[in-house]
Parts: sequence; C-alpha cells; structure tokens
Amino acid sequence: MRLHLTSPSRGTWRLWRAIALDALMPFIAVVVALCIGALVLLGLGKDPLLAYGAMFRGAFGTASGLTQTLAKATPLILVGLGVTIAFRAQVINIGAEGQIIVGALGATAFALSFAQWPGWFLLPLTALMGALAGGLWGLVPGLLKARLAVNEILSTVMMNAIALQLMNFLLRGPMLDPAQIAAGTNIPQSAALPAQVWIERVVPRTLFHWGFFLALALAIAVTILLWRTTLGYRIRAVGFNPAAARYAGIPVATVITLAMVLGGSFAGLAGAIEVMGVHRRIVEGISGGYGFNGIVVALFGRLHPLGVIPSAFLFGGLLVGADQMQRAVQVPAALITALNGLVVLMVVSSAYWSQQRIARRQSEAARPSEAHAKDEPPLDAHLTPDL
Amino acid sequence: MEQLFTLTTLTGILHSTIRLATPYLFASLGETISQRSGVLNLGVEGQMLMGAFAAFFVVVTTGSLLGGVVAAIFVGALLGLLMALVSVSFRAEQGISGIGMYLLGLGLSSLLFRLTLGSVQSVRGFAELALPGLSSIPVLGPALFKHSLLVYVAFALVPMVAYLLNRTTWGLNIRAVGDNPQAADTLGVPVIAIRYATVTVGGAMAAMGGASLSISAVNIFQENMTGGIGFIAVALVYFGGWRPVGVMLGILLFSLVSALQIWLQLVGIGIPSDLAVMLPYILTIIALALAPRRTGQPAALTRPFNRGMA
Amino acid sequence: MFKRGTLVVVAFVLAVLLTACGGAPAAPAAPAATDAPVAAEPFKVAVVMPSTETDLAWSQAMIDALRSIQAEMGGEAAMQISISENMFNVTDAAAALRDYASAGNQLVIAHGTQYGTSMFEVARDFPEVSFAWGTATDTGEAEGFTNVFSYNASAEEGGYVNGVIAAMLSTSNVVGIVGPVEAGDAKAYIDGFEQGVLSVKPDSTVNKTYTGSFGDTAAAAEAASTHIAAGADVLTGSAQQVVGAIGVAKERGALWLGTQSSQASLAPDIVVATQLYDWTGVLKDIIAKIQAGTLGGTAYDLTLENGGLKIVFNSAFPGVTPEMQAAVDTAIQGISSGVITVLP
Repeated sequence: MRLHLTSPSRGTWRLWRAIALDALMPFIAVVVALCIGALVLLGLGKDPLLAYGAMFRGAFGTASGLTQTLAKATPLILVGLGVTIAFRAQVINIGAEGQIIVGALGATAFALSFAQWPGWFLLPLTALMGALAGGLWGLVPGLLKARLAVNEILSTVMMNAIALQLMNFLLRGPMLDPAQIAAGTNIPQSAALPAQVWIERVVPRTLFHWGFFLALALAIAVTILLWRTTLGYRIRAVGFNPAAARYAGIPVATVITLAMVLGGSFAGLAGAIEVMGVHRRIVEGISGGYGFNGIVVALFGRLHPLGVIPSAFLFGGLLVGADQMQRAVQVPAALITALNGLVVLMVVSSAYWSQQRIARRQSEAARPSEAHAKDEPPLDAHLTPDL
Repeated sequence: MEQLFTLTTLTGILHSTIRLATPYLFASLGETISQRSGVLNLGVEGQMLMGAFAAFFVVVTTGSLLGGVVAAIFVGALLGLLMALVSVSFRAEQGISGIGMYLLGLGLSSLLFRLTLGSVQSVRGFAELALPGLSSIPVLGPALFKHSLLVYVAFALVPMVAYLLNRTTWGLNIRAVGDNPQAADTLGVPVIAIRYATVTVGGAMAAMGGASLSISAVNIFQENMTGGIGFIAVALVYFGGWRPVGVMLGILLFSLVSALQIWLQLVGIGIPSDLAVMLPYILTIIALALAPRRTGQPAALTRPFNRGMA
Repeated sequence: MFKRGTLVVVAFVLAVLLTACGGAPAAPAAPAATDAPVAAEPFKVAVVMPSTETDLAWSQAMIDALRSIQAEMGGEAAMQISISENMFNVTDAAAALRDYASAGNQLVIAHGTQYGTSMFEVARDFPEVSFAWGTATDTGEAEGFTNVFSYNASAEEGGYVNGVIAAMLSTSNVVGIVGPVEAGDAKAYIDGFEQGVLSVKPDSTVNKTYTGSFGDTAAAAEAASTHIAAGADVLTGSAQQVVGAIGVAKERGALWLGTQSSQASLAPDIVVATQLYDWTGVLKDIIAKIQAGTLGGTAYDLTLENGGLKIVFNSAFPGVTPEMQAAVDTAIQGISSGVITVLP
C-alpha cells in the first residue's frame, strides 16, 4: 500500500494519528487483558506490579530475557510463515504440531545416518530433510483436500495425533539412543546429532542461535514468493476466489496441494532447526505448543510474511515473559495459560475497533470535500485472505 | 487372539464405543449447530474443560448431580456468549478466537481447580442405568442399554438436533444465516441474534461433554483431562458433513476403532502399542477419503456478518 | 495500514536486537562458588517438571519430598523452593533451568529425563551451581562434569512386589495394566509388575495396554473400563494419567495398585498399596553434599533395599491379610538380597 500524501498537513496529521492508533490497538488490548490478570494476581495475594515487572524484564528488559524471546520467536516465525502460505490459499493448516515432529524426526534420522559427512554439506541437507519430511506430512492433507475433498481441519488434527505416536514408536525402538539401551534406562530420546550439524549460538550461554536469521531471511523469501512469482500469484488467486481462479485456468487442486506442502515444509524446518539449534537431539515434548502458537502468530501478523516477524517476536516475548513471571512470583502455570488465552481473545477482538475507525474514515473520505486518505484500501480486519 | 472373537469381547467393544462416543456427541452436535449458522468455534476443548470442572465442583460441594449438570450448562453458555461476543460482534478471525477460548478454558479450569479443590479427588457420579427389558437382549442389550443417564441423553440429542435444524423455522433460519447471511438479513432474519444463540447453545453442549467425563465416565477432575477430545470433536463435524446423523456416524466409527485398538492391545496380537493408538486417526481419514463426496459446508462458515459491508 | 506498523515494530526489534548483542557477553557474572551457606541465608532449590505439582504421580512425588525436607529444616526461612510446573515444552524448560541457575539457586532439579540435554548445557555454564536430574544414571563424569547428580528409580522392583500383591488379591486371575507410553520408567514398572504376578500365579493373565500419552486422563479411564470388561479385578498403571483409571476402578469396584505417589487419598476403598518414590533420602544427601562443598558426581538409585522405594499399604483398605504381608516381605527381602532378579 503506497501513500499519496498530496493533501495539506491537516490530512497528513489525521492519517498518522490513525496509523498510530491502529498500531496501538493490539497493545491496548494486551494491557486490558493484563489488567484483568492483575485482579486475579491480587486475589492470589501476589503483587501485580512485581509480577508484570518480571514479565516485561524477562521478555525484553534483560539480555538473557531478550535472547530467550528471540530463541522462542525462531520456530514461531517459521511455523507462522507456513500457516500464512497455506492460509493464503484458504487452507487452514492446524497440523503444524505434527509437521514439526515429523520434520525433527526426518532431520535427526538423516544427520545420524550420514554423520561422517562434512558439516558444510550435511548441515544444510539436514535442515532440508526436515523441511522435506514436514512437506510430506503436509502433502497428505493437501492431496486429501484437493483430490478427495477431505476437510483439512479434520485431516490435520488427525495427522497431529499420528505424528505424536510415530515419534513415540521411533523413540523407543528404531531411533532410540544406543546409550539408553546400554544403560537399560530406555528413556525415549534419540542419540545426539553429530556436532557438525549443530547450529551455533549467536550469544554464548543462551539459546539464541543463528537459525533466527534464517527465519528472517525466509520471511523475506516468502514475501517474494507470494507477490513476485507465478506460484504466489496463483496461491493468492485460489485463496481469493477458487471458482474464478479455476475459470482463469489455474490448476486449483495442484495449487492447494502445493500450498499445504509449503506450509508443512516450513513447520518441518522449524522442527529441524529446533533440534539442530536448541536440543541437538530429539526429546519428548519437542513440538510443545508451537503448532497453535504459530497460528496465532500468523493471524496476528495479518497473514503477511513480514508481519509474522514482529508478531512472533511480541507473542514469543509474551510467552517467555509469562514463564518468567511464574518463576518470579510462583503462581500456578494455569494462571499463565489463562492469561494467554485472555490476551489472544482481547487482541483478536481489538481488530474490530480498528476496522470501525477505518470504516468511519472511509465514509468521511467518500465526501468530496475531504479527499484525503482516499486510497486507503478497505482493509478487512477479520483477516480472511481475500486481499 | 481368539479372545477377540468371543461374545463378551464383542459386548465389551460395543459398550466402550457407546461410552467413548458420549463426550464427542455433546460437543460435536453443539459445534454442528454453531457451524450451521456460519460460526466456527475452535474453542470447544476449553469449554469442555470448564464444563467438566464446573460440574465436578458442584457435585463435590453439594452432592447434587442435577446441580452439576446445571452448572456445566450455565458455565458453558456463559463461555459461548463470550465466544459469540468475540466472533460475532467483534467479527474476530474465528480460528484464532477459538485458540484463545481453548487457552482461557484450559488455564481457568486448572486454576480454579487448584484454588478450590487443590488435589485430585473422586465423586459418585451418574450410575449405570440398565433399561428394563432392553438390557437383557443378548450381546446388544448390555452393550447398548446399560449406561449412565448422560449417555442416553447424548444419543437422544441426535434426532433432536436433526429435527431442530431440518424441520423447524429456527433451523431454517440457522441454515439461512450460515449459507447467506446478507440474503437472510434482507428477509428480516436476525442474523446476529441467531448466531449468538447457536454459539451459546454450542458452548453449553460442549460443557456438557466435559461434564459427561467428570461426573459420569471418569468421576474425577484433573487439569487438562479432556486431552484433545474437543479438537477431535470439531474435526468430526466435518466428517459428518454438518448433518447430525452423519456426525454421529463419524463419532461412532472413531469410537469403535478407539475401543477396538484397546482390545487389540489387550489381547496382545503383537502390534506395537503406539501404532495401535494411531489406528482411529488413520481410519477416520481413510473412511472420509473413501466416502462419497458430499458438500454441505455452510457457505458463510468463518465469515463474519457485517451489515454495512455486504 | 499494517505495513507501516510492521516497519515500526521491525525497526524496534532490530534496535533491541543490537542492544542485546552488544550487552549480552557482560551479563551473567558468576558468583563466587566457595561461599559456604550462612545460617541466615535459606538454601535455595528450584525444580522444573513436566506435569503439575498435584498430579498424584511423578511431579507430586518430588514436590512432596521437597516440602517435607523444607518443613524439617525449618520452613521458608531455611529452605526456599521455586517451582516451574507443566513444562512440557523442552525449550521453555531449558530457559527455566538457565534462569534458576543464574538466580542464585544452589540446587536446580531437572525433574524429567527429556531435560537432560539442556541441563548439561546449562551445567557447563554454571559450574558453581549444583544440578540434579532424573530419572537417569548419567552424571556426566566422563565429560568432566563435577556439578551434576543423577537419580533413578528401580521401578521394576516395586512393580514386582505390587505384582505379587495383585496376584494374591485377584480372584479372576486376570490383572490389567494401564500404561502410558511404552518406554523408560513406566515400562520398567510394568515389566516388573508382570513378573511379580507370574511369580505367584504363573497361569494368570496379565493384560497390558498403553494410552500413548502420559497425561490423557480420559484415555486411561477407558483403558481401565476395558480391562474390567475383560475380566480384570486388580489394576495398576503409571504416570499422571492414572487418576482417570482409578476413578473408573473405584466406580466398578476393581482394586488398584499405585506407583510414584500415594494414590490412596483418591480412592481409599480400592487402593491397596503404592510403590512410593521417596526422594527425601536422595535430596537430603544431595543438600548435605552441596553444603559440604561437593556439587555433583553421585548417581542415586532408589531401590527397595536403600529405602528409596517403599511399598506402602493403605491402612484404610481392609483386605490385606497376614499372608500377603509375609509374601511382600519375602519379595522385598529376595529382591534386596539378590535372590530374586527383576528385569527392567
């Protein structure tokens, strides 16, 4: 969206005020949610200021907190990108959880099988294998939807459960760490990855690794993919109006399948990167909630690849900070979960108020005397990808 | 192996199937009503957990099962109203508001449990009720007609919801609102009010699904006790093609395979347990892939209604 | 509209990022490791665990032990406990471990095998802090770690004894096991249980099922129902999911044998006995070692012999006969002296 600020300063000022208010709206929503949380904290006999202080410092205010936020944002960006691509073709991918698991499994199995290969060769291939495995896990619901009209919400929910059991199965037999077998403890985890595929930490003694910058680069790549390539155009066209797309000669079934495969491969890559950068082996709980959080991130990022970055950073920070708060004031984990839910509900509702104001501005713009901001597009606040 | 083919086993599998189907029935039927009016409620899991807790808490403190049911319905309806406020009035993206509702329900039910009861305990819930006569039919009788009251209620809801949707003016309006809210609005159908009603009823029914676990099938409450049932329940609405009977058939298939896989493990036919646990999920996908294609998706599903922006 | 907002936020992110990169290396200054604990300073311990502190199983066993030591040492003033529960996401757990280590805790407990990799990484960065993890047998000594304790539970031992009790109680000679995931501690317990049952009644049927999850209460309930329908009159199971199975067993009058934490409070009428994981001995020893200046190197194992595993009968349950008591004692002695070998 380009600006044509030809009107005098009064119009400019109004426009900027509107922009500022718009950007502020989600923050206001978060503040309202936290105020409700503060009442609960008071009820629990905890000092809300202390709690929220710890939360903010824990997420953004200290070097260690910030690195944790960035580490958390890394898989969130990748999953968010995958959800974004699929959503652009009107495919709702809630299968990221399973795709992460399968991506992590694929990457680990590959790196362990070719552990003697040099790092410059093995490391990118390992990441690629993760993406490939995740893509395969996305291919199934993609094909089912495109060819057999099986709804993707159904198939991805089921595929998540299947992936989890697949991991259970592999981690207690075929992929079980030989050291666990030798010790007789049989604890479900794989052997450690060969050191040459470990992604180095940006800041030593933290979890913040170079995978974060890969995620940033990929966000730009997805932007180019969606707006500068034929495939991207087709994905958006199918999402905008499948019937019209079909009429225009776009192979809708193939595009839907591809969008789902791409979505899956980003989640699979997230799993691979998580294994290579953080854990260096597969352990139980590798996917821990990234699937759902990735959806939230993608939609808060307004289904724009570049929007996913700040969205992942802020939402990741919220999650990290909330954990810090649990540690600082010792509240049950449940309070944190409830607060998260409240924040999500408030922020998603706040889009309405932005939309209301835009509508008002548009009706003003429709009057001939007030021609400023005329080229504002009717931004749909409810985010269905009919952009 | 031969143990799998005895009449006792057959009765056992069928009995399990019916019992397993119960929470799904409540939740999926509620979700069906809500989706038929065009609102996707992905927060069923959270509403189930709140219902499970509310019912359990009231039964623990008062001993009244009826009180528990009322509490679940009340809390579920309240959360349904909240969901409607967010998804219908504020026109929020429904995939995301559902996740918010899920997290809120999960967190709040666990928090309230921790603050009020504090430790896991059990209650005397609904007892099994053998229907006189019917329950003495060989094999099928004990499998189908020896269940707790809530199981019968869940199955009775199937024809009731089907009747509501297909045979009443209410149903006609719900379907109109779900397929083309603008047209319905032009004809004077109160789109917003109807969506509020369906999402609220859906919330109450999801909560009943939770209560059917905490005060009927399991008789305890534990944090996150539904363990994903709510999400499967939403998925099964798609399986059933938004028709109550279809939804029930999907649930029965899923429950049957779930029951069967436990028996397969139990008689030890040598499949790894993890692969056995996968079975219901795999077979549900395959069944739907092989089923004849049908459309039935409400055309305006997940589309918020905004009179000004038709 | 949003894109400009996005740009602003991206700029903010980058700015913060730069600050972070510049500021980070100076951040965590290691405190002096030689400070002997002053009497006025409480002993600070932190624990990170995968389920909730009220799970009646794995996590609660640890919290109960910590709280009882705390009470013994003189309450909050003498010992300060920090808890991070429900840490099913291992990355979050890793962050928690690091935070607790840098927050001046003397002992950081990673109460879950899945945290091992992260725990060792943090332990390398904080040589002055003591770490403990389990169930595991590796203290990292081979890699040069001197600040890691490990703890394991020979769950198969108590499993065997519970199996003996189950066999003696069962009149149908069918017992059922509600397992979570077929691995680690749960598998050891279940294998031991099966051996115990068969040692008493070689012709009895031991039915095993797994729910595929540690926390799926509803699935455990259904598994228990199925076992009872298949004729089992005594049940057991492992992990935090079992509360669902106990609820069903209570409703149908089947007997229950517990493990990890005492589950008698949930169903006093049917819980016969529990193999209790008593971590107090281990923890006291670790704390004493830390206060004496030894920060790691010991691999603990809870066994029946060293009293870390206890078979606790539920006093409210009336059906325990003297013969049963005698058989349990014989089994415990046999396992302790090595006459009975239980394979995990």
